[in-house]
Formats: sequence, structure tokens, C-alpha cells
Amino acid sequence: MLRWIVFAPLLTSLLSGAGLVLVRRPMARGLVVTLSCSSVLVSFVLSAIAFARLVGLPEPESPSGGSLILVDTLYTWVGVGVGSSAFSADLAFRFDALSAVMCFVVTGVGFLIHVYAVGYMRSDTREDGGLQRFFCYFNLFTASMLVLVLADNLLLMFLGWEGVGLCSYLLIGFWYSETQNAYAGSKAFIVNRIGDFGFLVGILLLFWSMAEAGTPAVSFRAIEANFGSIAAQVVTLPMWLGGGEMGLPTLIALCFFVGAIGKSAQLPLYVWLPDAMAGPTPVSALIHAATLVTAGVYMVVRMSFLYEAAPGALVVVAWTGGATAIFAGLLATAQNDVKKVLAYSTVSQLGYMFLAAGCGAYTVAIFHLVTHAFFKALLFMALGAVIIAAHHEQDMRRLGGLRKRLKATWWVTLIGVLAISGAPPLSGFFSKDEILAAVYFNQDLPGHAALFQMGLLTGGLTAFSMFRMLFVTFHGETRLPRARRVELHDPGDLMLWPMYILASLAVFGAVFGMPQFWGDRMQMLDSDSLGHFLATVVAVREPHEIDPIQVWQLVGLALAVSIAGFGAAYVLYLSRPRLADRLSPAFVWLRVALERKFWVDEVYDTLLVRPLVVFADRILYRGLDVGLVDRGLVEGSAKSVWVLAQRGLKHVQSGLVQAYLLVVVAGTLALLAYWIG
Amino acid sequence: MNIPIDQVIALSAMLFVIGSVGALARRNVLVMLMSIELMLNAVNLALVGFNRVWAGVEGAARLDGQIFVVMIIAVAAAELAVGLGIVLALIRNRDSLNVDDASLLRW
Repeated sequence: MLRWIVFAPLLTSLLSGAGLVLVRRPMARGLVVTLSCSSVLVSFVLSAIAFARLVGLPEPESPSGGSLILVDTLYTWVGVGVGSSAFSADLAFRFDALSAVMCFVVTGVGFLIHVYAVGYMRSDTREDGGLQRFFCYFNLFTASMLVLVLADNLLLMFLGWEGVGLCSYLLIGFWYSETQNAYAGSKAFIVNRIGDFGFLVGILLLFWSMAEAGTPAVSFRAIEANFGSIAAQVVTLPMWLGGGEMGLPTLIALCFFVGAIGKSAQLPLYVWLPDAMAGPTPVSALIHAATLVTAGVYMVVRMSFLYEAAPGALVVVAWTGGATAIFAGLLATAQNDVKKVLAYSTVSQLGYMFLAAGCGAYTVAIFHLVTHAFFKALLFMALGAVIIAAHHEQDMRRLGGLRKRLKATWWVTLIGVLAISGAPPLSGFFSKDEILAAVYFNQDLPGHAALFQMGLLTGGLTAFSMFRMLFVTFHGETRLPRARRVELHDPGDLMLWPMYILASLAVFGAVFGMPQFWGDRMQMLDSDSLGHFLATVVAVREPHEIDPIQVWQLVGLALAVSIAGFGAAYVLYLSRPRLADRLSPAFVWLRVALERKFWVDEVYDTLLVRPLVVFADRILYRGLDVGLVDRGLVEGSAKSVWVLAQRGLKHVQSGLVQAYLLVVVAGTLALLAYWIG
Repeated sequence: MNIPIDQVIALSAMLFVIGSVGALARRNVLVMLMSIELMLNAVNLALVGFNRVWAGVEGAARLDGQIFVVMIIAVAAAELAVGLGIVLALIRNRDSLNVDDASLLRW
């Protein structure tokens, strides 16, 4: 049955794709839309059924038995070799607690975004099958993401991993007639390729080292069961990496993390995500907020047993996450494009998730992943509604004062902003607090105090940038041209209802995984159901002794920082805009640095892109391709034949029949002489 | 009268050489065609001769060589029909029977 979770969206995607290619006439809009939305709904329902079955499974005898999974094997996908070097990978889907949570996010939030997209893409009235193409990619993306989270082995997971990367490329460049969009799609694809390379090296390294230890495996079950065989191995690094020694699990975990960095847009590979905003807004909501970018987090959590054996890699994960969180949080405060603000805040929130994973709090990372999917998808939808209402105006300096006309949109945006800023008792409050607590109480992590402060500060920056966006876009005087103001209105029901549902999830979403600390306060037994549920497949550390006083201090501190961020945004952008003008000369360097995004794109351009382009152009294109292949092999071979013929070979063709005849006779005689003599 | 096979082969070889020299050395198209015909018939003669040697070796009569000859005669007739057509075309266009005049297909 699990296969149908994947196949439902895959089949509709293939259907509309085949319709486009073979029939060459767009299908009826209603048909396309109904098919693609209902297929995701089918996946959601099937996930719920699978979930019910999973919960109904009998408890394993031993706590480490880990039999709480459903597996659906289609066939042996790759099978070569025998004995200790045998390599076998099934096309098999695995449904366990972690997959279940991810499936619900992908299909549940995904379905809402599909419905929203129907309303959003209505403005795209081109008759070239644009809508059909869009939903073809959209469903293909959903299918790939489901393959990723349901995969039973690393190889199949990699297939889904590449599939979502491809769909990301296709959807970012969906409006490809503008070069900038096509360029953004290519950028996302190429930057992701760097990460994918690391992921692939990690898979191969893991497989080969396990095969050498006599237990070849690619499926998660087999890897986890036999992981002990390589857990203690040590590799010597080559000289150019310092020549030191490193635990094999650490090396493998780092390789995997490189993949996660690319997919989840962490430092230093985050640059593609802000540019990915070139795609339609539903794409940003589905791919670049709720699902695809969380694939890296999912992968780290899925391999948590590996990371638990690699403390060195965990430090890297935590520090990368913390640094990305604060770095992107800073950048988000100075963007003027509303979607870019959301993009940087997404990068920042993903950093939070990795921070949690790096502290060993894998279930917390998934908890934040879920709540983030709710409120970030909500924010993207709300701002998408603004963008539609304002006729694709995304620069908030040219918006403003939309609150009166876009009332419903304002409300849902406010809820999203409050949730992401960590206002109690919205979902973001609990998940963010738990991450901060995980960092705070993890004394073993090197520099955990600094990481905690970075996390705290990020909370303040997030509140500041989000409220800044809210105030500048919705409050104050409108700066839209007069002609546009009249048309401003809330979007239709198709776009509003998904937002309402997500808004209520953003408010109440935390009940799925309310931290036990809060559950105790509210006399709820076993409130951390998400954490306990995930604990069946994800590594969980023994909880630290937690002093309630410290927790209250922590909550107070986080709230204070968030309120400070809110206050700063309120003063600077709402109550005293003049103050901002007066202050700005003093901070002009900071503003320029932030607006130019710390020149990271420029540095990459100078250090990597340009040399590569020059190398490709001079050496590969003009040198190898034009010089050697075109001039040398293709034109050269033709030309040498021509010269040869011109110089002498052409005289053979004299036109005289008897000359040819002479050659025939001479040849025959020569053959006879050879055979006889 | 029983002619020994070596005499048949000698005659066939002589006819063949005469034919090939004619085809190579004479410029007249009609003579060339006739020379080719001579070569074909030299081969026919050899085949008929060999067939006589082989016939009855294993009891049953064998006619392979003779069938070959009939085939060759038929093919030669067809070939000559085409060849004479070309000769006619040559005469019409070049007003000559000299093969060297038909050397347009060259570099």
C-alpha cells in the first residue's frame, strides 16, 4: 500500500506531462487541477491509513528491537555480486515514525499549497499549457519528496533527493522567459550539485567500509543493525587535509552533512535559496519553506545513529546551524523584497534545526521542522496573496498600508509572524524554546554557551525582521500608485481557506509535540507525543536533569529578546519612522553591508564562478572544443582527406573505363598469384 | 570422341586471354562488348568441361556446371541488352564508338 502514497502524485504528474508532450494541447483546467490536488489528498489519506497501521503494530520485545516499521518491497532494484561483496538494493518503501511525520508534512501541507496554487496560478492565463506544466512539476516534486522520506535504503533516498533537486530547478525557472529566473534555477541546481556530491561520496564510503567489514548494506535497517562493525574504525587523512586521524563514522557523517548543507541551504551553500524566490509563490511555500529544504534535516535525523557515533561531526553540524541561523537572520533584517525576507528567515530557521540536531536533540529538530512548515508556508501564502493583490509588486517599500483592504491576509500574516517570532502560546514558541533549551543543557558541546547566545540573538533578529516586514507592508501609508489601490482585495476562497487551516495549525501545531516541561504545567500526561513517537526510530539521549527555575529563566530570556526585536521594529518602522532616518547615517556601513548581503555572492562570483567560467570558456570551450574537437578532429579530418585527394588521389578517377578494367585484371592476377604461389 | 579435360581448360584459358586483351586494348565499344562475351563463353566452356569430369562420379548424373552455363548465358543476354543500349546512347550523344570519348565521369 505504501507504494501508492508515492504513485498517486507520480501518476498524475506523468499523465499531465504525457498529455503535454503527446497531445500538444492543454487539458481542461478543471481536469488538471482536480487530478493533481486529489492525488495529493489520496497520498495524505493513505499516509493516515499507514499511520494507523503503524500505531497498531505490536510493541517489539526488546526496546532496541526497532521492529516498528512497515516495509513495502516492490522488487530488487540493483543486485550484483555474491558473498561479502554482494550489493543489493531494493525498490522498497519504509514507513516508520519519522517517515510518518514527514509524510504528513509533505502531503498535508503540500495539499493545502496545491489548493492555494490553483487560486494563485489563475492569474497565469497563458494558453501554452502553463498551468498543466506547473502542476505536472508540482506533483512530480511531491512524488520525489515522498520517495525521499519513504525510501528504505540510501540509494532510493538519493533518487528522491535528486528528484526534488530537479523539480526545484524546473519550478524556480518556471517563468523561464525572463533570463533572471532561468539563471536562478540553474544556480539552485548547480549549488545543490556540490552538496549532492558530498552525499554520494558519503553513501559510497559507508557502503565500502561496511563491505570491507563483511557486512555490506545500503538499507537503513541493515546499516543500523551492522553499524557496530565500523563504528570504531579510524582513517588517516591525506596530507593535504592535515594528515591527522579521524574516526570513520565522523568522516561519513561529514560527507552526509555536506549533502544536507546543499539541500537545506546552510553556510556556505545557502546562496541558492534567496535566488530561488524567482519561482511562483506556491513553489516557494511548498519547496523552499515546507518540504525540500527540510530534506537535509530529515537526512541527518534519519542517520542519527551514525551521528551519535560521530561526536566530531555533530560539533560541525551544530556550529554550521548556529552560524547560519544568526547570519541569515541578520541578512533578513535588511531585505526589501518580501519574499527575500522570508527566504533568509527560512535559511535561519533551518539553521535552528541543525543546531538542535547538532546538540543531539533530533526529535526537537523534527518538531521545529513541523511547526516551521506550518507557519512558514502560511507566511509565504499570505505574502503571495499580497503579491497577487498588488500585481506582482514584491518590494515592500512600494507597498504599505494594505491592512485596511487585505484584512484576512493581514490576520493570517500576523499569526504567522507571531508564530515564527516565538510568541506564546503559538507553535513556534515551543519548538524554538526547546531548541534553545537543548543547546543550553548540552554541556558536552564545545562552545555551547556561545551557540546558545547565537540562538537567542537569532530569535531577536527573527522577530525584528518579521515585524519589520509586517509593518512596512501592511501598516502606515500606502505607497502603491492610486490606480492600483482600488483593485486591492483579499484573494478568493481557494487561497484563503488553506491559509486559515495553516494559521490554526501555526497556532495549535505545538500540541503534537508539546515539550514535557509544559505538559507537566498543564497536567497533561505524556504531552511530548511527537518525541516519544519518533524515539522508536531516532536516537534519543538520556534527558538531562532539568531545573525548572533554569527553564523559566530561559523562557523569560528568549521572550525578552523576541520582544526587544519586536520593539525595535515597532519603533523604527511604525511609531517613529523619522528616527530610522536620523539613525541611518550612523549605521550606513551596516545597512550597505546587509543590503549587499555581506558581498557573499560577489565573493563567490570572483573566487569561483568567474574563474570557472573563464576556464570553461578559454580552456574547455575555445581550447578543447573549438580548437581540438572542431578544428582538429572534425574539420581537420575532412580537410586532410581533401588535401590528399587534391594532391594525387583524384587522378585515380580518370573516367577511362579501360583503366578501371586494367585495375580489376591486375587485382585478379595478383590474387591468383597469391593463392597459387 | 573423348576430349581430355586439360585440352578443354587450355582452350578456355586461351579464349579468356584473347577476350581480356580485347577488352583492355581495343577502343571500340562494340568490340569490347564482344570481347567480354568471349570471356564469358570461355568460362562457360570450362564449366561444361568440368561438368563432364564430375558427372557420374558418385553414380547419379550431375548437371551443376551445365546449369551454371545456362544461367550465365541468360545473364549475359541481359547484360548485352543494357550494354547495347549504352552504346546507342553513346553514338547519339558523342557520334562515336570510342570508349575514351565517354570519360565525363572524372575529376
